[in-house]
Amino acid sequence: MEAFTTHTGTAVPLRESNVDTDQIIPAHWLKKVTRDGFEDGLFEAWRKNPEFVLNQPERAGATVLVAGPDFGTGSSREHAVWALQNYGFKTVISARFADIFRGNSQKGGLLTVVLPQETVERLWALTEADPTAEITVDLVDRQVRAGELVADFEIDDYTRWRLLEGLDDIGLTLRHEEDITSFEATRPTWLPRTQPVG
Amino acid sequence: MGRTLAEKVWDAHVVRRAEGEPDLLYIDLHLLHEVTSPQAFDGLRQAGRRVRRTDLTIATEDHNTPTLDVDKPIADPVSRAQIETLRKNAAEFGVRIHSLGDVEQGIVHVVGPQLGLTQPGMTVVCGDSHTATHGAFGALAFGIGTSQVEHVLATQTLPMAPFKTMAVTVEGDLPEGVGAKDLILAVIARIGTGGGQGYVIEYRGQAIRNLSMEGRMTVCNMSIEAGARAGMIAPDETTFAYLNGRPHAPQGADWDAAVAYWKGLATEADAVFDKEVVIDAAELSPFVTWGTNPGQGAPLGESVPDPVAIEDPVERAAARKAIAYMGLTAGQKLRDIAVDTVFVGSCTNGRIEDLREVAGIIKGRKVADGVRMLVVPGSVRVSLQAVSEGLDKVFTDFGAEWRYAGCSMCLGMNPDQLAPGERSASTSNRNFEGRQGKGGRTHLVSPQVAAATAVLGHLAAPADLSTAGV
Ligand code: SF4
Repeated sequence: MEAFTTHTGTAVPLRESNVDTDQIIPAHWLKKVTRDGFEDGLFEAWRKNPEFVLNQPERAGATVLVAGPDFGTGSSREHAVWALQNYGFKTVISARFADIFRGNSQKGGLLTVVLPQETVERLWALTEADPTAEITVDLVDRQVRAGELVADFEIDDYTRWRLLEGLDDIGLTLRHEEDITSFEATRPTWLPRTQPVG
Repeated sequence: MGRTLAEKVWDAHVVRRAEGEPDLLYIDLHLLHEVTSPQAFDGLRQAGRRVRRTDLTIATEDHNTPTLDVDKPIADPVSRAQIETLRKNAAEFGVRIHSLGDVEQGIVHVVGPQLGLTQPGMTVVCGDSHTATHGAFGALAFGIGTSQVEHVLATQTLPMAPFKTMAVTVEGDLPEGVGAKDLILAVIARIGTGGGQGYVIEYRGQAIRNLSMEGRMTVCNMSIEAGARAGMIAPDETTFAYLNGRPHAPQGADWDAAVAYWKGLATEADAVFDKEVVIDAAELSPFVTWGTNPGQGAPLGESVPDPVAIEDPVERAAARKAIAYMGLTAGQKLRDIAVDTVFVGSCTNGRIEDLREVAGIIKGRKVADGVRMLVVPGSVRVSLQAVSEGLDKVFTDFGAEWRYAGCSMCLGMNPDQLAPGERSASTSNRNFEGRQGKGGRTHLVSPQVAAATAVLGHLAAPADLSTAGV
């Protein structure tokens, strides 16, 4: 996983609430068995509309997505995170994220930043007025900066550390393999096993 | 202070707890399907890792599987590749799999409970957000992403951030003709699609107690549509009776030990929830959605809302957009909405009781002109049971299509899809734009409403049938 410390880039203001994962990446894209190549599926239905913000030429190369509340609701598909990353986004800002989406993005190194809706509105106004306006997301100082705007955000220490170091969760867990083995010895014997019966 | 059901199950699974780190939780059951697992197995292979506990892991094919011509090779090459990838991975890593054509095949959330693999007090995960279904047994069950699937395959554990607890108490008795689906749609409309975020919901109260296991699964299934991490119901005699004798349920002395443990899981009287919602069952009525998220719903007797009357600006904009997408007008009576498709199935309402309910209503009647009805059992077992009761005959006599088990039109990854502009009454759980096919419009309904709608051709409840004289 790529480490995330500080990122500066132009933004896509997405004035939509409740952007569900079916919109981020439609189901028919889920048939792929790799982790890359999802960029063309990102917001596929909406991109058919030439007016859609992602289609505007001045948004090319943007790396910061600023979205309405309840971003990433719906299915657990991690493909939504891959699609955003494959397209080039490094971070998503919203007033509220769906839990599974947030978990998935933290696993994959896509930083989700929670800011109050009024701050999101200011970022929308700023980046709509000036598509070249840059937003800096600073994980070290837990701060978002854009133009005059400086906003602190919260993120738990553990997730922050993992993202800063670019650490893989499985490797971290396997450092505690002995704990897992001793826990297994205490499990009740009547718990089900999936081996076929009868 | 006492603990809640969710806290007890969590505490019993903590492998490691360290200051400033998420708890490392042990996972008792890991369910796999073809869509969210290929990249996880790939990750294992690349790192040279194995599946730690194949005996706590099980796979089934459901999302992509066709519901017609299942004896022929899958026509869509991409679907076929994904299913073949799962079969190859299961064989390579030694995971039990129920493939198309197998008697235990079906939707992953129907298969686990019917095998007796889902039991009270367990932790259950699957790369699928409707894993919440298994919470109906008093298990802590949550949907995970593909990286987490890989994590569980490799370690049988997951680092999990703590949750908050919410009680949704449904007091009193449900009125005649109102079921589990109406109840959960009403709950979601009340708390909103983000209202459950960060919470594990425990459903309580008399109306919940009175539900069958299948009804409880319908309720817990849709917890995710309220944004919750999981939904749970404390195990009781209904739970034990459902489990007793299932293939993987404990037997003999083990059964007694298990029941004794399960009885101790209930939330203690002095436990405190972080949030409480109380609903009076008597006020509920058949409930349907008019919009493009499951929170945009209303009682069937009402009308499409007027966005102007919605105070919250974000909600107002969302309603406006949804009404336009759905091709509706503000103020239109929900009962006046005509549909061209009725879908009965999915992990929300594709179990035997759902099929019985529908069959009971349509028996001796005919499907409305111009309406296509698809009945898709949740699993092969459900299908066999339905056939043994003659339900398949009821469906085909009515003019419905009786299909093979799978997810089918719930998400349209297989050929069962809505065409652009087509409108369905669907017993599934999501009415997102394009969920059932590009440009398709979905109204979420209960099995009872689906059945009455198929008869009349517009959104309707069974009580409307006698009024209409059909
Ligand atoms: S039936 Fe629908 S919601 Fe359930 S697992 Fe299948 S696709 Fe997901």
